Amino acid sequence: MLGRLSWSAIPFDQPIPLITSVVVILIVLAVLAIVTVKGWWPYLWREWITSVDHKRIGIMYVFLGLVMMLRGFADAIMMRTQQAVAVGSAQGYLPPEHYDQIFSAHGTIMIFFVAMPLIFGMMNFVVPLQLGVRDVAFPVLNSVAFWLTASGALLVNLSLFIGNFARTGWWNYPPLSELAYSPGVGVDYYLWSLQISGAGTLMGGINMVTTILKLRCPGMSYFRMPVFCWTALASSMLIVAAFPILTATFVMLLLDRYVGMHFFTNEAGGNQMMYVNLFWIWGHPEVYILILPAFGVFSEVIATFSGKPLFGYRSMVLATLAICIISFMVWLHHFFTMGAGADVNAFFGIMSMIIAVPTGVKIFNWLFTMFRGSVVFTTPVLYTIGFMVTFVIGGLTGVLLAIPPIDFVVHNTVFLVAHFHNVIIGGVVFGMFAAYNYWFPKAFGFTLHDGWGKAGFWCWLVGFYLAFMPLYVLGLLGMARRLQHIDDPGWQPLLLVAELGAVVIFLGILCQIMQLYVSIRTREQRRDQAGDPWNGRTLEWSTSSPPPPYNFAVMPKVETLDAFWEMKQAGRAARQPPYEAIEVPRNTGTGFITAFFATMTGFAAIWDIWWMAILGLLAIVITASAFGWSENREQEISADELSRREDAWLSPGPAA
Amino acid sequence: MIDPKGPIAAAEWLLMINATEIMLVVVVPVILATLGFAWWYRASNGRASRDPAWAYQGSVEFVTWSIPALVVILLGGVCWIGSHQLDPRAPISVNAKPLQVDVVSLDWKWLFIYPDQRIAAVNELVIPAETPVSFRLTSATVMNSFFVPQLGSQIYAMTGMTTHLNLLADKPGDYPGLATNFNGDGFSDMHFIVTAVPAGDFDGWIAKVRSAGAALDDPGYAQLTKPSSGVPPTTYRSVDPDLFERIVDQTALNPDKARAGNAWCPPTTAAAGG
Amino acid sequence: MTAVTTADRGPAPLAAAEGPAPTRTVVAYGFWIFLLSDIIMFSGLFAAYSVLWRNTAGGPDGRELFDLRNVFIETACLLLSSYTCGLAALSAEHRQIGRFFVLEAITFLLGAAFLLIEISEFAGMVAKGAGPSRSAFLSAFFTLVGTHGAHVTSGLLWLIYLVAQVAAKGLRPPVLRRLLCFSLFWHALDIIWVGVFTLVYLMGAR
Repeated sequence: MLGRLSWSAIPFDQPIPLITSVVVILIVLAVLAIVTVKGWWPYLWREWITSVDHKRIGIMYVFLGLVMMLRGFADAIMMRTQQAVAVGSAQGYLPPEHYDQIFSAHGTIMIFFVAMPLIFGMMNFVVPLQLGVRDVAFPVLNSVAFWLTASGALLVNLSLFIGNFARTGWWNYPPLSELAYSPGVGVDYYLWSLQISGAGTLMGGINMVTTILKLRCPGMSYFRMPVFCWTALASSMLIVAAFPILTATFVMLLLDRYVGMHFFTNEAGGNQMMYVNLFWIWGHPEVYILILPAFGVFSEVIATFSGKPLFGYRSMVLATLAICIISFMVWLHHFFTMGAGADVNAFFGIMSMIIAVPTGVKIFNWLFTMFRGSVVFTTPVLYTIGFMVTFVIGGLTGVLLAIPPIDFVVHNTVFLVAHFHNVIIGGVVFGMFAAYNYWFPKAFGFTLHDGWGKAGFWCWLVGFYLAFMPLYVLGLLGMARRLQHIDDPGWQPLLLVAELGAVVIFLGILCQIMQLYVSIRTREQRRDQAGDPWNGRTLEWSTSSPPPPYNFAVMPKVETLDAFWEMKQAGRAARQPPYEAIEVPRNTGTGFITAFFATMTGFAAIWDIWWMAILGLLAIVITASAFGWSENREQEISADELSRREDAWLSPGPAA
Repeated sequence: MIDPKGPIAAAEWLLMINATEIMLVVVVPVILATLGFAWWYRASNGRASRDPAWAYQGSVEFVTWSIPALVVILLGGVCWIGSHQLDPRAPISVNAKPLQVDVVSLDWKWLFIYPDQRIAAVNELVIPAETPVSFRLTSATVMNSFFVPQLGSQIYAMTGMTTHLNLLADKPGDYPGLATNFNGDGFSDMHFIVTAVPAGDFDGWIAKVRSAGAALDDPGYAQLTKPSSGVPPTTYRSVDPDLFERIVDQTALNPDKARAGNAWCPPTTAAAGG
Repeated sequence: MTAVTTADRGPAPLAAAEGPAPTRTVVAYGFWIFLLSDIIMFSGLFAAYSVLWRNTAGGPDGRELFDLRNVFIETACLLLSSYTCGLAALSAEHRQIGRFFVLEAITFLLGAAFLLIEISEFAGMVAKGAGPSRSAFLSAFFTLVGTHGAHVTSGLLWLIYLVAQVAAKGLRPPVLRRLLCFSLFWHALDIIWVGVFTLVYLMGAR
């Protein structure tokens, strides 16, 4: 009846997961209780859960990403502590079977449930506003995509309380992840949660590509699109091209595990290296899926706060597209040590280096954007400068890793760990924090406290260097990654420094929480009345903060790059009536309901509760069919109402 | 790796230093320029010149593409030459006959087979100094990677496949070796010491191994494949020199497969879904 | 001053940017992107098949298992169904609702025939002991061909659902858009089948 599920799945005998589970469950129950007592459910259901407004969905994506970052960071600090204390003959406080789950969960969560939702959140919120349109191409699909991502995140977290997570590392390489070596539910949690959220990611990518290519306001030609839209387009095209490969790969592994097929097994002609190849054919483009939108954010931030147009716009676009294409030709550099021949290794090494060319061009262009500008040191700018300094170091170690003979001696060591944290924290995370500080006033109508924001930045920057520079050294000394305990006591001082770095990053997170708290408390003083707090250049700053559901009462007409800047200069920023009635999509629970049943199906499949899996699948089909039958998906906002709303915003005195 | 003890590791370390220096020529000025530009062009600096419309200049663009391109062309050459010279498969050209060692990754210990000497060892690798060692590697369980940092290159060990690696120790000494590709709960203890002995002492060691300990026969090997971790170094006085080949074609543990040859059908995995 | 220079910098539009595209274009375009991603998913399965097709582990290979006559009939059914599907789309455009129903019925029957032949082929192979867990080759074969079969199955269910919509609502623009997506899907399955037919059956039966 309940498949493999029994009371033994609850970790009663392991104090650390048990206490964590109890605390998390209590927090969740407390939140639910508050929402119920305050009577917020109808509001949440009407305005958020069923919302198909791209801005609301974007905000929910970012919220999901930030919450999951706390989870991923908790894993990180546990690992750093374990490695700092388990030196010499000490075994630390985490036994291998628990430690192995933690590093697997950390990687999986940080990539799929922190970085991806943050990227998608920013793209969702910003892209339609920058393109001067009222919504994405498929608003309901957008909602489904978000809730499927949330469903995957929920499943990963369920593994903490019920059963366990994979102990295979975040790549989940077979044959270790095959049934013969990982018979438990851990790998199944990994596979099903990533399949479900992967479906959501693919939908989101398709939606974003269609939006950018087919929905732009009049006059917004390709070469008038803000750079962030270009990077969002490149990133989404990579999603469409890369995620299906991951889906196919996971399907094969699932078939191996569930019906005894032999794609990657040791027996009957299976080929484990095929998994490794397929995984990285997705995995390397994934790196650029994450970093390209961050590049876009830095481009917007540096131009706005230097009071200058971005230097070398066309070079930037060209560089973005070049990265997009070359990223599919470098995957083998993740396993030079497989024993392929020198020609193959050299080819992939050189291709990997070539990616450094467009990336280098971007760095130079940001540099020249500041040249003869007037740089205002706000929190987003600090993140941008911190990124430029940190990222070139990550780029340097990246090129080192691209040279096969060097890779032979640092592959799979903590040098590699230091490298990818260098580019992901220094690039993606800093980019997303810059974006968060930059677009927050647009999303909520008031600015964030700059002082706490800067304190958070400095903690993150210093913490990052303290945590990861020692790992570069330890990697060169020959310390493998994923060690549960370390034999050489001489390495402990450096491991303690790394631990200190993690603590400083934790202080940074506390500063960021304080920033949010203080900003909300003082929101009346920091209201953004005009909708343009930074003297912005692109169209999102031309509407109110937060923007109305329809974004723009009158669709902008674009004549140049940096359209809003040009409008302000030409004195045509304030848009005049007459207003025409607008159709906006009606809210629907389709996304939430689909994801609810997807979670049910995934959970049932993990635990072999087949009746429940079939019921869940049927329910998804019925939900989709019901939506597919519906008509009347839009509602109209009349010209009168538009006029009333716009007057309310514009009456205190319009921006330009 | 910082303290290389063999020609391969030394060459790789040199390559790393050279490549880093080449890149630092660009990276350091970029970092300084970033900080310098940001500081000089701060909004509050009254002495900085401003040109808020300057967004394109062909000559500057040409330079921004050229600098990284030139660095990559240079490093691309380094990469091509280095990849060929330091190919793990390439034999090391010195005037000594290489020692053949077969390496098998097990859960969670290393098995070293000396096919010419017909002896074997677990978690202990003794080699003669100044003599090239030619490794063949495979795994009897999951994927792993064999690495002796002070001697140089690592290489994967994979079930059903053979990889090749050539290393050489310049001087006698003890060099730590380890597994770098995570392979399960016993991963952290899967390390060993490579002892390079003076060439003359190596035959003495062989003789000592042959005179004591157990023989590694098929039941002994089957016992060895059972998961265990932190296994102390052990030697075996004799071993089937073809054991490595039988592990690669997966007949060492499956006498049925050995008899049936290619027609062998694996036992269907017990109902995975339950 | 600044305004003039930024305005000068703006290049002429590459394409006529007349604002957001009409819904029909957006829907078809988005669905087309989805089909591309689906084809990429299949390319992963094709790649796996190409890597594994010689790994028969002593089990039967394509020459022993494939019956090209059956596959030929199968292929003919699917290609023909694509043709009738195209004709149905045309009659929908011309609001010839009776003709539309007849053509879609033929499309359905041909698709169902394809599926039946495939199922009987699979059943025959499993009965011979050549099931998907026999060897890596057979795992790859069943997964690649089976995934295509699963697509055909969902296509048939979708067809029933759409025909019901036409019957209930008539050929209104939203329904026509959904029909357009279905046609694209059905034709894409043909393209994939041509790949399967060539790579798996023609090259494997030699």
